[in-house]
Amino acid sequence: MDLLQLFLKSIFIDNMVFATFLGMCSYLAVSKKVSTAVGLGAAVIFVMLVTVPLNYLLDQYLLRPGALVWLGEEYVDYDLSFLTFILFIATIATMVQLVEMIVEKFAPALYNSLGIFLPLIAVNCAILGGSLFMQQKEFNNITEATVYGVGSGIGWFLAILAIGAIREKIRYSNVPPAFRGLGITFILTGLMAIGFMSFGGMLTGGDEAPKKEVVEAIPPTEMKEVTPVEEVKSDSTAVETVKDSLTEIAQN
Amino acid sequence: MADTKTKEKEPLFSKKNLGLVKDPLADNNPITVQVLGICSALAITAELKASVIMALSVIFVTAMGNVVISLMRNIIPNSIRIITQLVVAATLVILVDLTLKAFVPDLAKKLSVFIGLIITNCIIMGRFEAFALGNTPWKSFLDGIGNGLGYGVILVIVGFFRELLGSGKLFGIEILGNPVDKTGLYALGYENNGFMLLAPMALITLGLIIGFQRSRNKSLIEETH
Repeated sequence: MDLLQLFLKSIFIDNMVFATFLGMCSYLAVSKKVSTAVGLGAAVIFVMLVTVPLNYLLDQYLLRPGALVWLGEEYVDYDLSFLTFILFIATIATMVQLVEMIVEKFAPALYNSLGIFLPLIAVNCAILGGSLFMQQKEFNNITEATVYGVGSGIGWFLAILAIGAIREKIRYSNVPPAFRGLGITFILTGLMAIGFMSFGGMLTGGDEAPKKEVVEAIPPTEMKEVTPVEEVKSDSTAVETVKDSLTEIAQN
Repeated sequence: MADTKTKEKEPLFSKKNLGLVKDPLADNNPITVQVLGICSALAITAELKASVIMALSVIFVTAMGNVVISLMRNIIPNSIRIITQLVVAATLVILVDLTLKAFVPDLAKKLSVFIGLIITNCIIMGRFEAFALGNTPWKSFLDGIGNGLGYGVILVIVGFFRELLGSGKLFGIEILGNPVDKTGLYALGYENNGFMLLAPMALITLGLIIGFQRSRNKSLIEETH
């Protein structure tokens, strides 16, 4: 159950694009057509599935303070966490290269549909972001890390699929010239992000939904006390803190 | 901004070199025109201070990275240049990260993974690939400064509006008065728009900035959607 919760949370609540703005570059560049968007999205899911657990192992057995203890007692004081960035990005670049070669050899049809997108992925922030968030969240075991990786990948896939479809349709609309292309895409993404915020109460059995409305309906004087607590924190953690407090209430 | 600093040493700053710094600030802005480097930026623009620190970090990494890549441009084998570029960027970002952790630990915690994500910021890779691999170190340095500044300008504008409208502060100083004590503007019934602090408004603010810039400079308007 916890795994399912983590899975749904990483897809909808902590969505890579809408909650943390990761992978925006390729999200904007490759979303003009649905077919290409699907190709890149699938490649991202695949690479996330491989790199997040791999980086989890690296973090567990090499990087975090005291991780080298499996080599012997005298290594217990070593802390290599400053190497995190360089090792994670090296893993990702290597894996992308490796995946590209394997797919080319054994699944030429898949390679032809994904081929051009694979090299792009090495510099997709969503991939490195997934690994860095994985490290920050301190998962208990590799299964959780894998589920988180796949969930984040699927979340990103959904986002690029949706914007791809909208951009195909918006071609028939009369957008003001200055907003054509990039401008309207940003505003659309913002509106979609507002929609995704409504998933925030999904995992708390709907307890959150009436509560949020109450917060909005509170007279302005009390609103002041609410906003600093909830919203001063960075965007992605705000949802989390709300959720944490709700689970506490539920447990009591 | 660039003019006042650069007038002291004339020969190094020909008109062409100055253009390298000035162009990315407006007409060739990395975010609004080249569409690079949006990834790691927007989540931290809820406060102006974080935006400024982020902008300075990116300027440092683009400028120094450009110089390093430019110095090595003749010895990097073509086939492994992407990995080389990633390693150079990662090394510089580690420097930035450790510096921030040592001198402004609170802010470093708030920026969390987004400092690390400078590595995959498309501006860095884009400038390494498009400029530093084919130009001399000095030109690459100016190009890095220019693109870093162009990125920083947008970040600071977004951060300015989000912090001012969202919490009535700038750099944490209460500009519009205290909302709890009802001083300043709040005495007249003004209210903060807490929504500005949430993720979607960063995107919408940026969309509006892009629309504003393109309505001023018609040549940037895209023909197709």
